[in-house]
Amino acid sequence: MNQLNKTKKQDLALTGGYAIGEALRQINPDVMAVYPITPQTPIIASFSKHVADGEADTKMIEVESEHSAMSACIGASASGARVMTASSSQGIMYMMEVIPVAAAMRLPIVMTVANRAISGTINIHNDHSDAMAMRDFGWVQIFSETVQEAYDDTFIALRVAEKAKLPVAPNLDGFFITHSVENVKLLDDEVVKKFVGEYIPEKYLFDFENPVTYGALTLQNSYMEIREELGNAMGLVPNIFREVTKEFAEISGRQYDFVEEYKIEDAERVIVAMGSTAGTIKEAVDNLREQGEKVGLLKIKLFRPFPYEQVKKSLQNAQEIIVMDKNLSIGAKQVLENDVVESIGSSEKVRSMVYGLGGKEVFVKEIEELIGS
Amino acid sequence: MSIQNTQEKVSAMTTCAGCPIGLVARTVLGLVDGPAVVTGATGCMEVTSTIYPNTSWKVPYIHSVFGNAGATISGVETAWRALEERGKVKDQKKPKFIAFAGDGGSYDIGLQALSGALERGHDFLFVTYDNEGYMNTGHQRSGATPIGSSTETTPAGKESIGKSIRRKDLMQIVTAHRPAYAATANVGFLADFERKVKKALEAKGPSFILVFSPCVPLWKYPESQTINIAKLGTETNFWPLYEYENGEYKLSYEPKEKISVEEFYKTQGRFKHLFKRKDKEKIFADIQDITDKEWKKVKKLCNN
Repeated sequence: MNQLNKTKKQDLALTGGYAIGEALRQINPDVMAVYPITPQTPIIASFSKHVADGEADTKMIEVESEHSAMSACIGASASGARVMTASSSQGIMYMMEVIPVAAAMRLPIVMTVANRAISGTINIHNDHSDAMAMRDFGWVQIFSETVQEAYDDTFIALRVAEKAKLPVAPNLDGFFITHSVENVKLLDDEVVKKFVGEYIPEKYLFDFENPVTYGALTLQNSYMEIREELGNAMGLVPNIFREVTKEFAEISGRQYDFVEEYKIEDAERVIVAMGSTAGTIKEAVDNLREQGEKVGLLKIKLFRPFPYEQVKKSLQNAQEIIVMDKNLSIGAKQVLENDVVESIGSSEKVRSMVYGLGGKEVFVKEIEELIGS
Repeated sequence: MSIQNTQEKVSAMTTCAGCPIGLVARTVLGLVDGPAVVTGATGCMEVTSTIYPNTSWKVPYIHSVFGNAGATISGVETAWRALEERGKVKDQKKPKFIAFAGDGGSYDIGLQALSGALERGHDFLFVTYDNEGYMNTGHQRSGATPIGSSTETTPAGKESIGKSIRRKDLMQIVTAHRPAYAATANVGFLADFERKVKKALEAKGPSFILVFSPCVPLWKYPESQTINIAKLGTETNFWPLYEYENGEYKLSYEPKEKISVEEFYKTQGRFKHLFKRKDKEKIFADIQDITDKEWKKVKKLCNN
């Protein structure tokens, strides 16, 4: 048996990829469809090894493309199975045709996204272009800062998905988190088992007494109404997210929310950012605070649906807001920038900073220069 | 084909008059003894059977997109194995897993997903209703469109004979995956089609049926002639009927007399332009040559 099972409340040094593989082992989903892409591979490789060693008995579908990965997930999830997968970058682009189908069918698929830049010129390193590309189709999107969060978010995502009947993508930065070793507190297998429970679908293909047709042709008399219902379903997610994160805090001692406020109460200048860079920013904030500068960080954790009210509240005292987008919206304002401006109702105090595309490093010193006076 | 099964499994579709795809769906599902789950690729059968809030499907049905019927049915079939193993589908008989796709969803955009599903060995039946083009979008050429056919993307013109290249041999592509069972079929040879469906449903592992399905408005012939034209396709060796089982090929039908392929081409408006050309004789000599070689190849495969 796995060595990890022998102790409780294990405190281990793991890469993000391995930690998520461990979370998947503990969840032991019914079906996973997998197709490799850097930097997602450590996730599916470590989980495949768990299956090979008999530590999980998930049925694996080793598909021939990401398009088929998501398509197989859709077929399996519509059949009433608990279904998970992982992808990244070009993989997300390749399955893009079916990403909205998963949401429209209200299927609680969880797909971990190891965020990576998108080709043009090929690049295998981190930015958030892939997550931004899939943001408007009815997927809940959560961003993790650390290996610990990436591990925890796997469970939170699954519970949110099944309660909301919507697919969820937990995001973690490629290489920075997938391949970096951090200390992680793992939950006990039994605790996870209880937390994720059994998945009981409301409608599914194997209900032969009540046969359903999924994916009907909806024309002018119904399509718009159905899209609106999908939008309404997304509107229920914030409450669900709060319930799930509260329950998660009870089993783990780790409380998550839509955002994380870091030293912003009296901050004059606040950075808004997502993902692993938040850690770098926290260090810069600490350094500047030591020098007496009133700076802070607002980390967005629940990115879709976007927590407008919460962001407005968090930023009410800030005099200058710097929004860091790890994606370039070409020919328009930046995505997170727009969301923040919409939240506070004005662009006056907001400055946009596009950074870190294709894995370009951002150092503490640079952040200090960005928000220091 | 049991009428009761037909009534219980799939009802009328809003197809064009004379369209055989309802017959394809009813023939296949009518032969399923017990439950079935069906997936459909985007295409004529899907749009004519699922106009919300109605559905022709009385069995569980899922349509996702155009090119993923093979992957969708892989997910469904795998979910069954997972849930069965975990005791979540107690007291239920194992269903048949059936995918329907047109030639676009099989030869072209759906080929990769079909190939993956065949390689992985899922227990499913994939049925291609082959009407030799993208008919749901108004007749553009596909990998199944035969040489000489005038389509919207290969229109006949002063310089062009219509589609100038030969169609793919999908049966050979499929059998290269060593499926449990594969066959060509024809809506005009119903008994043969039914026999093959039975075998395909009994086979353990992936099975495949490629069924010749004429299209009234876009092949351009009178709606009363679907079955006659389908039959003529096989009688002229344009559409040979054969099967693949346990690694061996077997010829299903051999025409009693040789009829030139021109007789098949003559019946349809999509080939009309060929008959007005000065080089008509050479064109039909070439098409006959292709047909003869294909027939010879099939006979050789079948050791005939």
